[in-house]
Amino acid sequence: MYVYDDFDRDFLAERNRQFRAQVARRIDGSLTEDEFRPLRLMNGLYLQLHAYMLRVAIPYGTLNPGQMRQLALIADRWDKGYGHFTTRQNIQFNWPKLSDVPDMLDALAEVGLHAIQTSGNTIRNVTSDHFAAAAADEIADPRPWAELIRQWSTDHPEFQFLPRKFKVAVTGSPIDRAVTRAHDIGLRMVAPDAFEVIVGGGLGRTPMIGKVLRENLPAADLLPYLEAVVATYNLLGRRDNKFKARIKITVHENGIDTIRDLVEARFAEIAPLFDPAATAAQLARIQRDFAPPALRVTSDLPFQAAHQADPVFRAWADTNLHPHRDAGHAIVTISLKAHGATPGDATSDQMRLIADLAEKYGYGEIRISHEQNVILPHVARADLPALHKALKTQGLATANVGLLSDIIACPGMDYCALATARSIPVAQELAQHFEALKLEHDIGPLKIKISGCINACGHHHVGHIGILGLDRAGVENYQITLGGDGTEDATLGERTGPGFAYDRIVPAIERILRTYLDLRLSREETFLEAYRRVGLTPFKEALYGADQADAA
Amino acid sequence: MSVAPLSYVVTGNALIDGDVVWLAEGGSLTRHFAQALVFADKALAEAALAPLAKRHLEVVGCYLAEVRPTAQGYEPAHFREAFRMRGPSNYAHGKQADAASNAA
Repeated sequence: MYVYDDFDRDFLAERNRQFRAQVARRIDGSLTEDEFRPLRLMNGLYLQLHAYMLRVAIPYGTLNPGQMRQLALIADRWDKGYGHFTTRQNIQFNWPKLSDVPDMLDALAEVGLHAIQTSGNTIRNVTSDHFAAAAADEIADPRPWAELIRQWSTDHPEFQFLPRKFKVAVTGSPIDRAVTRAHDIGLRMVAPDAFEVIVGGGLGRTPMIGKVLRENLPAADLLPYLEAVVATYNLLGRRDNKFKARIKITVHENGIDTIRDLVEARFAEIAPLFDPAATAAQLARIQRDFAPPALRVTSDLPFQAAHQADPVFRAWADTNLHPHRDAGHAIVTISLKAHGATPGDATSDQMRLIADLAEKYGYGEIRISHEQNVILPHVARADLPALHKALKTQGLATANVGLLSDIIACPGMDYCALATARSIPVAQELAQHFEALKLEHDIGPLKIKISGCINACGHHHVGHIGILGLDRAGVENYQITLGGDGTEDATLGERTGPGFAYDRIVPAIERILRTYLDLRLSREETFLEAYRRVGLTPFKEALYGADQADAA
Repeated sequence: MSVAPLSYVVTGNALIDGDVVWLAEGGSLTRHFAQALVFADKALAEAALAPLAKRHLEVVGCYLAEVRPTAQGYEPAHFREAFRMRGPSNYAHGKQADAASNAA
């Protein structure tokens, strides 16, 4: 993976030195909170309900074992012994003290990590496919491009005060695991040297599926083209209304054709200012860092023996593995969704174990998915039984990836100052309830996504079942959407009708799923397929009764 | 059933650790909701809130929160304030942990 050079290290050291001085001036009273707030946000530091929160970028979801161990050290030394992996491939520490944050940032810099542009109206952490460089369905590794975009966008002087935040996702596969159509810019590789550029997707208050701006952009033009898109948005995007400031609204109000014309005109202006040879040289350097590991050749017999003999291993292997491009290897998803646990949370002990196992069995590679799990992208199939045994020692062997309890949930009102209702306990109760019913494996593939407010950090619009927590007259209330999909077939879910109280939402989800079990054509017909076949009506009847379903 | 009229407390977060604080007797800031000064009159509560803007070395983001009387004393009128008073629901962290360690 990418290794910082002197430029990266010096830049980060200087930023951290600046912020240390800013924190000192805030604490001695030289800066007021109004003066300090934009400075701390530029460095990923929020003030939440109970404490500060530090959001650390995990660029395109890639970590090495040393970085993971440093996150564990930070959790132990300056937080409460755990971290929360988010839907943006970041990690959040929920309890730092303001006075400790400069030391935390220095500790991050030691391993090439930072919190820059994890907040504010800037280009945020670039996200990518968590199976990058390992999936059999991939055209090429998208991460060198993502790293190039990280370098281009970090501290970009023109784009520090955009109308609103700006999120870029990159995938190298036609199978979209990076939700590219729900990003301000989504880049989908269509050939090793070309991208489809999608613009104006987003969830939040006004969810929209992105539109194609360029079908086939030569990869060599990527940076000037991105610069043209963001520059066009920077001028045209609305600054009069925060709720209409994202590029999705700019595209919606001006039309994709107008945006395309403006972008192309700007691109023609600025492209000659870029130095393609310098970009190519930098990309080549980055690509060398991302050279794939030399995969070992091993026998498949140990895997087959364990698969036959051990039902617990079999359940895990059948659920948590994904085909690797090399038949002797597998992509392992380590679930951070043990039934009843907080989705995305990992203790420092779990982080250290993952780091050790990545070194022992995974060629030193770790990924964080936007679905809040950890991935070991390259594991020899012969090592899987030993890996599974080791994962069990820290509660990391839950066999539920892609199933009901593999729930995405934002922090919600347990932590977030913006939230209107809680998310985490709803996820916990759903997982425990269906675990008690032993229905999870019978229900099969299902993506439940929960957001604690309309900003949709929990991606509820693209959940097969989406749950949105709201404040209705001072009471937590949960709206349900059905049929959402975040893949290459991106679809926004449809609202079922009135929401449900906190203590009624789990029974409501059970009614939906029992309806699905009754009406599916076979075990092979997934919830999403059944929903696409029958539509909302039977589920509305199950939720509200036949009369209301007709009237609604 | 009659609804008790709302009263107000002044609340914010401590500068260094971000912990929830409330305005208490004599202009002090307390980390215990039970010690918060309760104002029946909103105008008086706003008058107490205003000077906190100058105490930015101690406290951040101050505002008025509604409370209502119960048999056990005042409690937050809104669930958000109840969470701020207690801590998160997934771990015994924050004020609920402090309360438990004080009781032990």
